Order: sequence, then C-alpha cells, then structure tokens
Amino acid sequence: MYDVQAIRAQFPIFQRSLGERPLIYLDSTATSQKPLVVIEAMDEFYRRYNANVHRGIHTLSEEATAAYEGARERIARFINARTPREIIYTRNATEAINLVAYTWGRANLGPGDAILITEMEHHSNIVPWQLLRDQVGSELRVVPVTDDGYLDMDALDRLLDERVKLVSVTHMSNVLGTLNPVADIARKAHAVGALVLVDGAQSVPHLPVDVQALGIDFLAFSGHKMCGPTGIGVLWGREELLDAMPPFMGGGDMIRRVTFEQSTWADLPHKFEAGTPAIAEAIGLGAAVDFLSALGMENVRQHEIEITAYALEALSEVPHLRLFGPPVAHRRGGVAAFTLGRVHAHDVAALLDREGVAVRAGHHCAQPLMRRYGVVAMTRASFYLYTTKEEVDLLVQALRRVEAVFA
Amino acid sequence: MDDLYREYILDHYKNPRNYGTLANPDISYEDDNPVCGDRVRIDIKIENGRIADIRFQGEGCAISQASASILTEMVKGKPLDEVRQLSKEELLEQLGISLGPVRIKCALLGLKVLKAGVYGLRGWPEEEHDA
Repeated sequence: MYDVQAIRAQFPIFQRSLGERPLIYLDSTATSQKPLVVIEAMDEFYRRYNANVHRGIHTLSEEATAAYEGARERIARFINARTPREIIYTRNATEAINLVAYTWGRANLGPGDAILITEMEHHSNIVPWQLLRDQVGSELRVVPVTDDGYLDMDALDRLLDERVKLVSVTHMSNVLGTLNPVADIARKAHAVGALVLVDGAQSVPHLPVDVQALGIDFLAFSGHKMCGPTGIGVLWGREELLDAMPPFMGGGDMIRRVTFEQSTWADLPHKFEAGTPAIAEAIGLGAAVDFLSALGMENVRQHEIEITAYALEALSEVPHLRLFGPPVAHRRGGVAAFTLGRVHAHDVAALLDREGVAVRAGHHCAQPLMRRYGVVAMTRASFYLYTTKEEVDLLVQALRRVEAVFA
Repeated sequence: MDDLYREYILDHYKNPRNYGTLANPDISYEDDNPVCGDRVRIDIKIENGRIADIRFQGEGCAISQASASILTEMVKGKPLDEVRQLSKEELLEQLGISLGPVRIKCALLGLKVLKAGVYGLRGWPEEEHDA
C-alpha cells in the first residue's frame, strides 16, 4: 500500500508554508526535496566521523571510507551494475556526460565519425558533443521529435549508419516527459558498432533502471533529483570501456605511482575521481538510494503514472491550455509542460508562486525543443513520489485564476 | 490577485501605449532576452534634440511589455540628454513593483533597448549570468 501522506511526513520541508498557504512543490524535475534520512546521514557524517577518504590510517578515515564506498555499492545494486567499480562519482549528470565526451570522445572520435543525439535533449546532452565535434572534427546528427513528443524512429533508422560511433539519448525528457525506447535504440546502435550513452537524470529518480537489461554502455544521473543532495552524480559505464578510457582530471587519488617523468593510474573507479571527493554528498546519495529502494521503484513509478494521468486529464480542461508530450501517462514521466493561451510562462509561474505553487517556467535548458514546438517558453509542473492529487487540483484551480487575470 | 500584476501593469500590458512602428524613425533598435524570449523594438523620431515621437513593438511577458509601454510615456517629449540620464531605479520606481533577479531583466529590457538606441550603449545594464 503506497501511503503518500506517510511518505510526505518524512520530508521536513513539507512542514513549511508560504504565508498562510502550504507549499505546493511541483518542480521536482528541477530538483527533488530531501527526506529526513538523507539530511541526517550527511549531518551524522559531519558530526561523528568527518575525515578524508582513502588516506588516513585512523578510525574516522576508515569509517568515512567505508560509508563512501558502501554508498557506491548500494548505487551499483540500485541500477544493477555488475560491480561497484563501474560507478564513477561525478558532480552531476552534466559532468558525467562531459567525462565521456572528454575522455572516450577525444580518444575515439575523429573526422568522418558522427555522434547521434535527439531534438529533445537537455543542453547538457547537446553542448558537450558540440565542443567535442569542434575539437575532433566529427559530425553531430539530431533525431527529430514528432508533434506528439515521441522520437521519430524512422528518422533514427536513417541517421544511424556505420559512421555513428555514439548515440547519446535521454531516457526521459525533462520537458515532454517522453520515455524513450533506449533498449531498442541500444540494439540498433550496437548493430552498426556504435555505443549508447543514456542521460538518466530524469529516469533513474522515477522508475526502475537496470543497465544490464537495457543493454546500454553509459548512464549519467544526478543525486539531487532523486532525493539526494546536490554536488553528487554518477557515471555508470561498462567496466571494459571505463578501463580503456584515459583519465578525466589529474590529481590525488586517481594515480598509482607518480614521478616527474610519468604517472600511472589507479584502478577503477578511482582513476576518474581525482582530488578529495564530495564525501558527505556520496553518503547522502547512498541514503537516498536506500530510501528509494525501501519504497520500491516500481511503486514510485506506479504512483507517478496515476498522478500524471490525473493531471493530464485535469489540465486538459483548463481553457486555452496546450499540453506538450505524449498524451498517455504510461509512455511518459511525471512532467506536464504547457502554454496557457498567449500568457507568457513567466507570468504564469509568477502568479502561481503567489498561490504557493512552485513550477518552472522558461526554456528548461532545451532551447532547440522550444523552437521545435514554436514557443519561446513553457510552464512546467512536475510530479514525484510525494505529489498528491490534491496538489494537482490546487494547480488547476490556480491556473483558472491566472486565466481570469489575463482575460 | 497580486500586486506584481496590479491594475496599472495589466492595463499597460493589455492596452500598450505608443504601440507600433514609425515610418521614418531617426533611431530604431531592437533586442531580446533569449532566456525568456521577451523582445522589444523601439522607434524614435527626434526634433530639436527631443523625442518628438516614439513607438514600441514587442512580445513577451506582461512585465517586459508593460514596462516598455510605461517607458515610452516617461520619455516622450523629453530632451535626449535627459533620456540618457534616465536610471533603472527611476523606471522601477514608476513600475512600483518589487522584482527578483530574473524578472528584473524583463522589466529593464525596454530601457536597455532605449539606451542602446539613443546612446549606443550595448549590453546595458550588465547582463547577469543565467543558465
């Protein structure tokens, strides 16, 4: 039994009210709220065993290292990685994608090679490949999206030839909510000898993700969108690929032996983790993974399908509201991006804010997608494991009042 | 519903003053804010060192468009020297609303276009960082 009120009670921030109104937080796609267990795990680290990892021969350092590496093991299980060595801590999904672009990309791509992305990518899965393209002289190809927010798979088939060395695609669009068929895409990519990187920033927090079942090569995600803290993210990659890649940043912890003539690298995962890492944040992400695992990601997904279906129905009854993305909840995540007549998204969001409803407005770091749909900005309400139908009702009521202000 | 969208602002948004273009403007300048898509163009006719006529055209949020409308009323008939001295604070005071760092760029877009037009001041006010 999924008890959303009992779950909400574990998030201290929901005790907050804005003026006399309760907080209606519909911006979890930007960043999720944090349960008490995550806040306490980080607090306990600083209060009881704060020390650097992999260094000290003393009790605190050993405890810190055990917690830091223990989190890595739980994260590995969470996405069904073969081994924790495949879990590279980064700052966020953006850094994880950039890591692949800088190391694997520069070592493996050249003129005549192509990278295939899609029109619904976040800027973080566009710009690193443009930078790489400009450095190595490769080509960047883009799979278009259809009017109702799906990838144009016929176009993908046409664009995916043997010159493509990497397909980098989002698992779930942060704007349209579209769930892309990444297992299918991975099979097609592998058939032409290309690797597949999946941007899991929106999928890993919201649904079960099994990297082996998906048959992909790299997965990038951020801690702060999945009940964890900011400043910690993950690159998962197949061990043999990571092993063959040159290091990303140089420094302490990522070396085996250093002389002024040359250095050799540490084994995975440390080869990619130069310098003192975000220790408390990694421990916090481990606590977040425990929290999500206890809820069960199948249950989280089921709850979000129910909320999304309810929201799509309720929003479709608001006059002049245009929804973007797939029209059916089971093919999308808990995101509802829309325009409201000719009212600018900033005006919608500002008026909703005055009613205690937090949404995002703007281009959502997806300017090419805005152009695709002929709009300059959208308003986006997003839902998570703690979102209730009552909150959706309050959103819809507030939107009707926005309509009235601008009528 | 809200003081940010008080009647004065909504009135200028819904019924913009000096809206349109001029046939033979002495100054014509346009700029946009790529973060939110607000766009404002201002045409100016100058006679004896004064703004004899002014029109603006644009699209975007209520704050950006109302602010541009209010701005045209503030400067119409004024000597250019005076217009060059016009500060952000004076415009914001005229708007009479308090704005956060994102929305303040909306409110100042019209003034930015005006300053660039009459003064050749590009990139005014300083662009703030935005993701």
